[in-house]
Amino acid sequence: MTALVDVKDLVKTYGEGEAETRVLKGLDMQLEDKDLAALLGPSGSGKSTLLTILGTLMQPTSGSHVMLGEDITRASDADLTEFRNRHIGFVFQFHHLLPDFTALENVVFPSAITHGRETASAMKRGAELLDRVGLSHRMDFRATQLSGGQKQRVAIARALMNQPELVLADEPTGNLDRESATQVMELIAEINAKEGTTFLISTHDEKIAAACRRQIKVVDGKTVTD
Amino acid sequence: MLYGFKIAWRYLTSNKTQTGLLIAGVAVGVFVFIFMSALIGGLASYLVQRTLGDVAHVTLEAPSRDAGLLMPDASGALLVQQKSTGQRETLRTADAFLPAIEAMDGIKAVSPQIVGNGFVLRGQSRAPVAVTGVEPDKVSAIANIAARLVAGDVRLSNSGVLIGKTLGDDLGIGVGQIIRLQSDRNVERALVVNGIFSIGVEALDARAAFITLSSARTLFDLPQGLSRVEIKLDDLNAANVFAERLAAQTGLKATPWTEGNAQLLDGLRAQASSGNLIKAFALITIVIGVASALLLSTYRRRPEIGIMRAFGASRGFVVAVFVLQGSLIGLLGGVIGAGLGYLALSPFPLPENARPGGLPVDVRQGAYGLAIALTAIGAILASILPARAAARVDPVSVIGQ
Repeated sequence: MTALVDVKDLVKTYGEGEAETRVLKGLDMQLEDKDLAALLGPSGSGKSTLLTILGTLMQPTSGSHVMLGEDITRASDADLTEFRNRHIGFVFQFHHLLPDFTALENVVFPSAITHGRETASAMKRGAELLDRVGLSHRMDFRATQLSGGQKQRVAIARALMNQPELVLADEPTGNLDRESATQVMELIAEINAKEGTTFLISTHDEKIAAACRRQIKVVDGKTVTD
Repeated sequence: MLYGFKIAWRYLTSNKTQTGLLIAGVAVGVFVFIFMSALIGGLASYLVQRTLGDVAHVTLEAPSRDAGLLMPDASGALLVQQKSTGQRETLRTADAFLPAIEAMDGIKAVSPQIVGNGFVLRGQSRAPVAVTGVEPDKVSAIANIAARLVAGDVRLSNSGVLIGKTLGDDLGIGVGQIIRLQSDRNVERALVVNGIFSIGVEALDARAAFITLSSARTLFDLPQGLSRVEIKLDDLNAANVFAERLAAQTGLKATPWTEGNAQLLDGLRAQASSGNLIKAFALITIVIGVASALLLSTYRRRPEIGIMRAFGASRGFVVAVFVLQGSLIGLLGGVIGAGLGYLALSPFPLPENARPGGLPVDVRQGAYGLAIALTAIGAILASILPARAAARVDPVSVIGQ
């Protein structure tokens, strides 16, 4: 069976000459369909860089990056942008909602980018997603009017809008209190179980990592345990 | 594009004070543009009207019979035909082309004339005059004598004459009195002063006299033909074009008013250039204002731009959002500025009704459409730099902030 994501011998360097820093040093990793995986490792180990490359926001210096059977290692910016919109969702530590938009408008955003407008079916799905994350009563609230936990739940709903095969979450609970963090993690686990969406969650929190079925540890730019 | 428009509009309305000030700044620039257009245009109309309102726009005369070489230079001998003075330069075939000229589109009035010099004699006084013989119903065809009449009647009889006020004052002549007019052909006629006019140009008020065409034939001993045909156009700016057409059609010498008024034209051009410079500065101000405001907005919204890019917004989409903002600012500012300009200029009298010393702005020459179009284009151009800067935002560098 083909892996959802397959990266091989991934190298990423920053800078040139004496200032060159090699962050990823030949990393291999696979993500399967319906995985719920935690990405662990000390600061500076290359977790964020790996997540950025997997999210097609950055290209590796060398190695190969295949997703959904498609080699996207050297795809053009335009192709990667379209690929990202259709197949990858993001949840960031600081939620990064659009502050001038309502919760529903934020959720619908990826679909509106795809279709050039907010379609009726997208608005319906956006409302359903907000209902699912327990925020149907905050649908028309602007992002600035929501609490930290609510914002993160809106961010999760947004990440799921285009029904992506992969959701990358970078410290999704890092900015939340324990109760909100638990709620968010339960929500992610539920979506993974019911919809089969693959999640890769970068975290330092061992409880979050323990809640995942897989733990991928990156040390010094390489995968050391899986 | 529809969604890009929504985001652009949301960005603009998210900070109403800032956007309002920006649009107000654009509107002021457009107002200055429109005011300058109306002022420069109105001033030009006023000057042209004052200077050229009473002169012909095109004058048809007989082509001059200049001296010419009869043999080529290389022949060793120089054989020259002298300028012919044996015959008076008159339009002999005027009757043939006058109806065709009168029927042309853009011709306001055609006045066939016989002109010559003479003296007004009254007692022992003699005053030189330039005599113009016109058709009785066309006394006011070129210079509006009827409107400038200070005494008597503009209707001319074959035994009547219209004279200027200064000439009348100098000779002590009033309406109804008889004067003797002696032409440079030594023909003399007694004429009744039908009316006295005051055009406001000293040379005319002191030296001009109008008589009928038939009186002029007698006075200047010209049983056939005309001295010239004066033509007034609907649009005096078309004088050069009409002069070329008339010359080609009639074979006569056609002189547009522009040939004798080069200094006025230079003055008007200089005035228009000054106005254009001020208008250009107004546009540059608009462009700089819009560009700086959008650049600030780009910087402030870098994280949001990064998120848009992360979720699949193309660079083109980001460019469109910022260019649309610039377009909306330009259009709104342009329309508001143009509206305010029209409202502010409307109470001013039109140049044709302007009083001396007043501000001769012409609300019709505000160039409203041009102002809006140039502002919109300027704002779009101004937004390209910030838009490109926005499109270059690296999502990775801003998402982590």
